[in-house]
Amino acid sequence: MTESPESLLPLQPTTFHILLSLADEDRHGYAIILDVAQRTNGELKLSAGTLYRSIQRMLEAGLITETKTRPAPEMDDERRRYYRITPFGTAVAQAEAGRLRSLLKMARLCGVEPRTT
Amino acid sequence: MNFYRVLLHLYPSSYRAEYGDEMTAIFAQELRRSSGVPAQCGLWLAAFGEVFSNAAALHWEIARRDLRSAIRSLVKSPGFAITALLLITIGIGANAAIFTLADFVLVRPLPFPESGRLVKAWETHPGYSMMEFSPANYRDVKTTSTSFESLAGYTDMAMNLVGQGEPQRVEGAWVTGNLFSTLGRPALLGRYFTERDDQLGAPTTVILSYALWQTDFGGDASVLGKSIILDDKAYTVIGVMPADFHFPTREALFWKTFQFQEDNYKERDDNWLDVIGRMKPGISLAQARTELKLIGDRLRQQYPKENEAVGVSVISLRDELSKQSRMLLMALCGAALCVLIITCANLANLLLVRSLARQKEFSIRVSLGANRRNLLRQLLTESALLGLAGGAGAIGVAAATLPLLSRLVPHGLPIQEVPPLDMRMLLLALALTVMTVTAFGIAPAVRACRNAGFGGLREGVRTGGTGHHRSRSALVVAEVVVSVVLLILSGLLVRALWKVQSTDPGFRTDGILTMRTALPLPKYEKTSVRGEFYNKVLTEVRRLPGVTDSAYISALPMVWRGGIWPVIVDGRSQNRAEGTTASLRYVTPGFFAAMGIPIQAGRDVSETDTIDHPYVAVVSESFVRRYWPDQQPLGRHFDFAQHDREVVGVVHDVRVRGLERTSEPQVYLPYLQVPDGWLIGYTPKDLAIHTSQAPEQLIPEVRRIIAGADPQQPISDVRTMEEIVAGETESRTIQMRVLMIFTGVAILLAGLGIYGLLSFTVSLRQQEFGIRMALGARQGDIFKMVLRQGVVLALAGLLPGLALAYLAARLLESLLAGVKPDDAVTFSFAAVLCLVITLVGTLLPALRAVRVDPSAVMRAE
Repeated sequence: MTESPESLLPLQPTTFHILLSLADEDRHGYAIILDVAQRTNGELKLSAGTLYRSIQRMLEAGLITETKTRPAPEMDDERRRYYRITPFGTAVAQAEAGRLRSLLKMARLCGVEPRTT
Repeated sequence: MNFYRVLLHLYPSSYRAEYGDEMTAIFAQELRRSSGVPAQCGLWLAAFGEVFSNAAALHWEIARRDLRSAIRSLVKSPGFAITALLLITIGIGANAAIFTLADFVLVRPLPFPESGRLVKAWETHPGYSMMEFSPANYRDVKTTSTSFESLAGYTDMAMNLVGQGEPQRVEGAWVTGNLFSTLGRPALLGRYFTERDDQLGAPTTVILSYALWQTDFGGDASVLGKSIILDDKAYTVIGVMPADFHFPTREALFWKTFQFQEDNYKERDDNWLDVIGRMKPGISLAQARTELKLIGDRLRQQYPKENEAVGVSVISLRDELSKQSRMLLMALCGAALCVLIITCANLANLLLVRSLARQKEFSIRVSLGANRRNLLRQLLTESALLGLAGGAGAIGVAAATLPLLSRLVPHGLPIQEVPPLDMRMLLLALALTVMTVTAFGIAPAVRACRNAGFGGLREGVRTGGTGHHRSRSALVVAEVVVSVVLLILSGLLVRALWKVQSTDPGFRTDGILTMRTALPLPKYEKTSVRGEFYNKVLTEVRRLPGVTDSAYISALPMVWRGGIWPVIVDGRSQNRAEGTTASLRYVTPGFFAAMGIPIQAGRDVSETDTIDHPYVAVVSESFVRRYWPDQQPLGRHFDFAQHDREVVGVVHDVRVRGLERTSEPQVYLPYLQVPDGWLIGYTPKDLAIHTSQAPEQLIPEVRRIIAGADPQQPISDVRTMEEIVAGETESRTIQMRVLMIFTGVAILLAGLGIYGLLSFTVSLRQQEFGIRMALGARQGDIFKMVLRQGVVLALAGLLPGLALAYLAARLLESLLAGVKPDDAVTFSFAAVLCLVITLVGTLLPALRAVRVDPSAVMRAE
């Protein structure tokens, strides 16, 4: 993978959310859906189809990888697959966060303050 | 849950296999978490929408990826891509063009409503299966038959149009009042004729064709109600027909009614009226034919003298096409099909070789985990891409060549000149492309994918597989067969063309300028008035530098093929059943000299052969042979064109009906020996001028002279005699050219096929050759080995090719103008050429085989 992280920017919101969800721990598909929904207060509810289409693309782009490490058997379901963010995926997520930050800064400089919800 | 699984089948299979289970599990969990029927319904609805949209997107992504990789792989092997594209473009383009032409001419319904009910009626005479009606017989058939909604008559008739710029001769048709209602096409502007317009004494009216309306009246709608002058008489324009309305031929630019008088029905044996009919719904052609036959029988009993041996019959208007035009098109269709077969064989060979060459690549990809299905899909995408691009090219080729082929559309059909590029052709091209690409793309692809794997890796490219080799050889043999057939057929047709071209027309063709000045009535009804005009024109024309002779005739040979009249010899009443007719022409003195027709005995007609002198005639040698074999003809009398005539001269025969048909004997009458207003259709109108210079140079001077004699007189049909005679073989020439191109392509492809196959096998057998040489085989032996392989292929194709060609030639015998279908020269020439091409195709691979370096081959192992 010789691509620079910036070459993939801007990220699709779904991709960014999946990266965020995998940033702190490995998760399986359904856990990602639940995590994203929780973090966005239910605003973004990924469907299974959308999730796996994104996952397929992210696997191809090397942003995430399937991990063989699995939780304790009593917590596991053998049908599940677990995904882990790659260093490149982390770099891309950071680059996207940076891009959003500079966008925010630019907005502030122009006197546009983000609304607090 | 099972339903959700079924729904997932919308996804690409690879995606489903990868993620299907998890998606099902997630959907199950969500269903469990939701409570209440409405929530669950919402979940299902969302799932539907999501599966549809995501599946579509995924399929599109895959297609795009396949397409990209197909383009990449084609770009990587430009030689293959360009060859395949050219093959498809040429093979399918040629077929689309030829089949569109054939469909247009032979199959497609004529552009009239319910055209299947339209028929053409004919009188049948001994020796003439399609003779025009006499108005009297037409009237009787029309009033007694019950099979037809209507029967209508018409005849081609050119008239002089003055007042619209230069005076001009305009082709048109005179019709009965019900002709347009029989055809059933409404007028574009105004109205068409009704029976009332055709009644004697009704106002003289005219209908314009779209073309004449555009060129001479600027497409101005106010032309309706205006008066135009045709042959010195005023006609009111009552309608304009649509642009695609052509009848009886596409030359007709206007229509006027006959307004028959009782006089017109007098001569029951004066046949000149063309008749069409519209059968009643439910009446079959056979029924109509049976009824007309009965009516014909009755008329024969009623008028035993005039109608002796005369019958009545009908054919479908669609089938009013000469057998030769039909054969000509069928032959081209066959040739196009041959080219298609060769194209397909070559394409199949190309794809086979390519799949072989890529066997290793596929094997590696499969070993590395690539899905065989994906591989197959990619290969098919490649073929489809080639097909689409080639198909688009083919449509371009067809569109470009159709106008060139338009001369093969017979003039006699009421259809436009250039076959339109339409949906049918596009569909045909598409169908042919899909057929070619799938039939010949799938098999190699499937085979390549099946063989891909460790086996393929082991086998590699070297062996190529015996199955491959056998099918490739079969394809090459098929190419040889087809090209031998084409070679022989075009050879036979070339010989037929030469034979026709070398036919002696009976007159000289070089250095003769011809043109038509059709003198209008009633201005030129008097023989003496016409005589003044001819004399003024001829005297001045003869003074022009280079002109050796010039004369007028009713109509030049091959320009008017009809104009025949019954002959009565020695007072003996000749019945028509014997077919004793001769073509009748009035001429001015000097015609035979101008046309180079030798006078064999007696004299030419002269200025002293006037109406108050004994009526005389000059007859052709065949006339003498027919009536007075081995006797002195001069001074003998016969009854012809309503008068007794004395033979004063005998001339060489000419081919009035054209180079390929037998003509009736000819009778030439002096232009002055005709009472005023008689035999008006035979009035001399064609001028022939013989000059020692280039005939075209005379045109402006002759135009000036004619304008001087009568400023209102239009001039038409300015042609050299050479052009007229060349017109005889025009469709043959075009057909032959098309066939030659097809044959050239076929031979080239067959040669390339042999070359390709042998180079491939030579490259496969390098190791074998190397070992053989190392073991002492000489270069000559290796050379012979490869050569033998090529010759065996050629012979395997040559023998069935010769047999098939003979069968095909038998079918086309009517096109061969007397050249035998087993013409030895053509067959030997084709066989030799086929072998030569084979040797050329074999030579390079054989030389390559000889140059194999045994040590290098061994080292490579």
